[in-house]
Amino acid sequence: MHELSLCENILQMIEQQAKDQKFTRVLTVCLEIGQLSCVEPEAISFCFNEVMSGSVANQAELKIVMLAGLAWCPTCYHHFEILQRYDECPNCGRYDVQIVKGEHMRISELEVI
Amino acid sequence: MCGICGCGERPLTAHTHDHTPHDHHHDVEQPATVRRIKVEQDIFAKNNQYAQLNREYFRQNAIFALNFVSSPGSGKTSLLTSTITQLPADCAISVIEGDQQTTLDAEKIRATGVRALQINTGKGCHLDAHSIAHALQDQIPGPNSLVFIENVGNLVCPAAFDLGEAYKVVVLSVTEGEDKPLKYPDMFHAAELMILNKIDLLPYLDFDVEKCIDYARRINPRIKVLQLSVKTGQGMTEWLQWLTISQRLSSIA
Repeated sequence: MHELSLCENILQMIEQQAKDQKFTRVLTVCLEIGQLSCVEPEAISFCFNEVMSGSVANQAELKIVMLAGLAWCPTCYHHFEILQRYDECPNCGRYDVQIVKGEHMRISELEVI
Repeated sequence: MCGICGCGERPLTAHTHDHTPHDHHHDVEQPATVRRIKVEQDIFAKNNQYAQLNREYFRQNAIFALNFVSSPGSGKTSLLTSTITQLPADCAISVIEGDQQTTLDAEKIRATGVRALQINTGKGCHLDAHSIAHALQDQIPGPNSLVFIENVGNLVCPAAFDLGEAYKVVVLSVTEGEDKPLKYPDMFHAAELMILNKIDLLPYLDFDVEKCIDYARRINPRIKVLQLSVKTGQGMTEWLQWLTISQRLSSIA
């Protein structure tokens, strides 16, 4: 359950933003989660309210946007959407593909007052 | 801006505008302005910053650090104690042990005469770069030394946390089943080397070594594989060679 410590990271980042951008309350937290990141969105949602409780983001709404994984095949130069790390290139069947998108998780935006 | 009555401010709490036209005084409700702030920061940014500091510390001191990851019971600690006793006596080594509870593993390492620091993660399921930074402050490994970090036994979470190590080494024992790389792809993707341990047990198991390596390379085509048994010593020479050569290469790069 590293999602708990990730939620704690999210809170630290929000608290830093609250200092820098001078706001006192967060209404919405928008996250982007890559399909291939080591993060389970349901587990994030499960921990989120608990971790934010009593903070500047108390009762903030969590909006998660999932980003598709994209990969590139160095053998046949095919670009394709990849769902799991062990998916082969749909064009030539090779496994040594390179992932180009969908491995990250970030806070994209906050709605604050 | 309030899209209905055009009062210029978005209400803090939802309110309806189904009332008849009126002289516009929102005295009771003092709505605050809602701002949208672009953040666009990676959630792992903080961990990665600490990891980068650790990596820089290792580089400046010519320290070769490895992060050993596996499920519980794969034989990481035995591999480390056996490695330590077989390395030349003048080889400086320190070990950082991560477990949820107990100092048992650090005690096993100390019994070999090598310094070991135990980090108990409590409820935590992995080591992070910040905890390693503190461990380095406490332990201060010397220049030109080896640092072995034994992560919490867990094939999931430690994959996501860079500690600043040169490489992750994933240890898989043949009693676990050859499909582990497919079941826990993030870890095998993150590792430089896969050690198949306990190969002395292969005659008694249905473990398919070739299939396991094939699965691991589907996830990570660059992964190197060593097969060994800490118990019988088979394959230990190759492992020690990999260790020595990788350490030398890292000091050049």
